[in-house]
Amino acid sequence: MAAETSHAWADDIYQALKKAKVAQVAFVPDAGHKQLINACHADNTMTAVSLTTEEEGVAMLAGAWLGGQRGALLMQSSGAGNCINMLSIIRECRFPLLMLVTMRGEWGEFNPWQLPMGQGTPQALESAGVVVQRVDRPEDVGETVFAGALMAFGSNRPVAILLGQRLVGFKDWSK
Amino acid sequence: MSDHKEQALDRRKVMAKILGQRGDTLIVTGLGSTTYDAGTADHPNTFYLWGGMGAAAMMGLGLALAQPMRRVLVLTGDGEMLMGLGALATIGAQAPGNIAIGVIDNEHYSETGMQPTHTHRGVDLAGIARSCSFKVSETVRTEAELDKQLPVLLKAAGSVFLDIKVSTQRYPMSSRLRDGAHIKNRFRENLLGQAAFD
Repeated sequence: MAAETSHAWADDIYQALKKAKVAQVAFVPDAGHKQLINACHADNTMTAVSLTTEEEGVAMLAGAWLGGQRGALLMQSSGAGNCINMLSIIRECRFPLLMLVTMRGEWGEFNPWQLPMGQGTPQALESAGVVVQRVDRPEDVGETVFAGALMAFGSNRPVAILLGQRLVGFKDWSK
Repeated sequence: MSDHKEQALDRRKVMAKILGQRGDTLIVTGLGSTTYDAGTADHPNTFYLWGGMGAAAMMGLGLALAQPMRRVLVLTGDGEMLMGLGALATIGAQAPGNIAIGVIDNEHYSETGMQPTHTHRGVDLAGIARSCSFKVSETVRTEAELDKQLPVLLKAAGSVFLDIKVSTQRYPMSSRLRDGAHIKNRFRENLLGQAAFD
């Protein structure tokens, strides 16, 4: 499956975010999130913010919640470690946080440098108090994201949905 | 700054002046002395960070985007700002019209033994903010400059950045209010009313 292909599941995520009333979408770009990022940019009820590093998004979405808006943070697994200390704000203050993490360093990975953070992502996030859920089948993506949003915003907890590399695709990553 | 020590601004007097004119401004304060300074005039519209060093400016951005009709002011220290410098690029690129950042810059990490920060060694935060497309970015060193820039900090449209140079005078913690969930819930209830609990 090529990363440049249009994915029905990417639109399912967008629809789930709409249904969950997500108004701010913060992201460090990832090829796996390309289609979703474009959809969020095109939606005038959402503000899509490009970050320099993933931890900025944790702080930004805490601010969004302070101001009464819901947010989602998009990243690839290599950015999960960048978030760890900022997640202490989420935990101490009981802020909700919805993270959508496209996985690298697993299914068919060609770049060995991706393995340390990719393989460590679930444990790293769990160590910071994040509820980690994983999805590998395209037909499960939409409802997993929506259910994760319900948990995050209903319970004031951080929830990360890991989008498996098998789902995202591994061809042409070097382009 | 070291050449004019006797004239340097006092951080608590600067804070008292800003908070005295805050009106309905929503304020986020950064970990360390700035949070302690702001605690001298506590208000539910202030969110105090006691952790997450480097978070203050980005929390301000999320809040400013969520509340476009309200003024959002981030008050933080030079060390805290330096830890999250990328935020200046992100905010500059996003260009919200209702955010201001005031750095209370004593050029040192005062909580950890007064080690000099990079601002003591020539790094110009206002220059960085200007390069990051902030509409207004100035360094303030005197009472007269502070009085001139205060209305800009609290009211001027566009992203505003002030680097306010202060002395290294230290003060005790002013506030014991440090339960994060309480500070967050109090802020939201005051701002959003019953919608805070939806």
